Amino acid sequence: MDFADLFLQFTVTLDMTIRLSTVLILACLAGLFSERAGIFDIGLEGKMLIAAFFSAAAAYHSGNAWIGVLAGIGASMVFALIHGLASITYRGNQLISGVALNFLASGLTVVIGNAWYQKGGSTPPLTGNGRFHEITLPFADLLRDVPMLGPLYADVLSGHKPIVYIAFLVVPLSWWVLFRTRFGLRLRAVGENPASVDTAGVSVIRQRYAAVLIAGVLCGIAGAYLSTSQAASFGKEMTAGRGFIALAALIFSKWRPFYALMACLLFGLLEAISNLYPSIDVIGLFSIPVQFTQALPYILTVVILAGFVGKAIPPKAGGAPYVKER
Amino acid sequence: MDKMPRWADVFLVPFINLVLAFLVAGLVVLAIGENPLHAIYFMVKGALGSTSGLGYTLYYATNYIFTGLAVAVAFHARLFNIGGEGQAAVAGLGAAIVLLAFDWPHWSLALPFAVLGAGVFGAAWAFIPAYLQAKRGSHIVITTIMFNFIGAALMGYLLNGILKSPHTQNAESLPFPAGAHLPTAHEVLAPLGIAFSKSAPLNISFLLAIACTVLVWFLLWRTRLGYEIRAFGHSESAAKYAGIPAVKITIITMLISGALAGMLSINVVMGEQEHLIKEFVGGAGFVGIAVALMGRSHPLGIVLAALLFGMLTQGGFELLWEMPTISREMVLVIQALIILFTGALNNLVHDPVERIFLRLRKRKS
Repeated sequence: MDFADLFLQFTVTLDMTIRLSTVLILACLAGLFSERAGIFDIGLEGKMLIAAFFSAAAAYHSGNAWIGVLAGIGASMVFALIHGLASITYRGNQLISGVALNFLASGLTVVIGNAWYQKGGSTPPLTGNGRFHEITLPFADLLRDVPMLGPLYADVLSGHKPIVYIAFLVVPLSWWVLFRTRFGLRLRAVGENPASVDTAGVSVIRQRYAAVLIAGVLCGIAGAYLSTSQAASFGKEMTAGRGFIALAALIFSKWRPFYALMACLLFGLLEAISNLYPSIDVIGLFSIPVQFTQALPYILTVVILAGFVGKAIPPKAGGAPYVKER
Repeated sequence: MDKMPRWADVFLVPFINLVLAFLVAGLVVLAIGENPLHAIYFMVKGALGSTSGLGYTLYYATNYIFTGLAVAVAFHARLFNIGGEGQAAVAGLGAAIVLLAFDWPHWSLALPFAVLGAGVFGAAWAFIPAYLQAKRGSHIVITTIMFNFIGAALMGYLLNGILKSPHTQNAESLPFPAGAHLPTAHEVLAPLGIAFSKSAPLNISFLLAIACTVLVWFLLWRTRLGYEIRAFGHSESAAKYAGIPAVKITIITMLISGALAGMLSINVVMGEQEHLIKEFVGGAGFVGIAVALMGRSHPLGIVLAALLFGMLTQGGFELLWEMPTISREMVLVIQALIILFTGALNNLVHDPVERIFLRLRKRKS
């Protein structure tokens, strides 16, 4: 294998990494907002799944992918609202609510999908403007011939669907909102010490609902990405555990936006590698099975959680409903 | 006393929750243009209308008793074991290794060892999350979720590798020896003159499930360990103060929980499939959460809830034949709604009901 060949494989892998990381980044940031405000969210998977279905359905009927995204956000926000009702208003168990929503999404998408399209839970394929198309960044074709950097720009950074760029912009935006605005300060305070926020005269309830709904919006975009960009239709169970990988990435990043980006890129890279190279030979000694690469995000997360490599400390008030003192 | 009577908390509130869940599920059926009453009729008929239907219902109920007990035991120590799915899958490996190791002459000899294999492997898969929770404070919900995925990858690897049968393209093991065949309901009941469907997979594991139910009840309410588990779940700090070691209780509870989840593989892998296949758990680990919530973590409640969910699963299959517009996944929707209403939205019903009781009591006095 010569250098040009190796370099080509390198760019193909990076390109795929970016595409596969997008959904993880959005879902991970959704979890970040929710958990920073003290609401555990293991329902990321379900919110993405229901969003993926409704955005594919809306995009199919309207012929406009952006309307699909809006429908996805709407569906995901309805789920977020149920999660909010259960875990904020009715002080229920947040984990159980998340489990229920994941189930509900798996069931509803197929039940409704089958009743509407009779395709075993899938939606009809999206064509034309019903799905998203690649964006070529400025000068991509012009710069392609520049050695090394040219292909990196033209083939890796350029040529993705719009939501990919949105996801990468949401990372600094989330950081800014969480760490540079009053809203963000209150949101984080609600996750660490809700009583103090309450004493300051800020509504814990309203702050937590805001966080949960932001998570809904981000999961909605993530789900829409799956069915209108990464694929061009909805397929049964198409989230395939990505909500849980995002959750893993959230722990891996210790609830910080830029680290979340890194963790999602790493897990995206692992997925890209397992897609491109089903089994990897290590200099002829032994081969790494594809199942190992697939399980690696989970194994890494357990290692991080175990605290052997740095310690992941979640927001202090996470998982506990806030009851005002009387 | 400013509480409502116990019967209301144990029966009335879950019942209203259940009704709400079915009402919402009925709305979904209406929304896709079918009659929910017809759907219920076909489901009940499919689940109980024949010995075949009944056999499948009880077969699924057996699974749900095991996974429901697994979740419930952990709940009593205030541990949320979401890992039943993975623990049951890995337990299947334990059972399969035992059953493939010898040419078993008779099931009564094979069963105890298979139970041991499944139990040890299921418990082992719960051990690491338990250890990490107890010693390192890692959240057990997250670690058990991660172990579900790691378990699935492990089973996929083994069934495509060393355990794979050379006679087939599928990722499955060699068949178990014929001697390890567990008696089915048909084989047990036929000598007694009772005709039972030959096709239904209900087998002797059902009795194992009942035995486990009694054992769990005995453990929780009649032994010192059970008392410690419940005390620990009630108040961790009080339990510590009373000299109950947190690490020990967390780990032992999770080992029991994992072993119970593992018993599912006796029913499915040994009792029905008779060889190890991929993804044989099929979501039963998660249904266990619904069963434990619905049954209020009490063994008797769990058996009843497991029967209900067994009926739903089997009825859902039958529904598909009678009303093709409704897919099988309708069962998932109903399960999800039951988890939502009985688990997460419990206070939606609990608080108003309690208020009514308190008001009635005030008027009386």
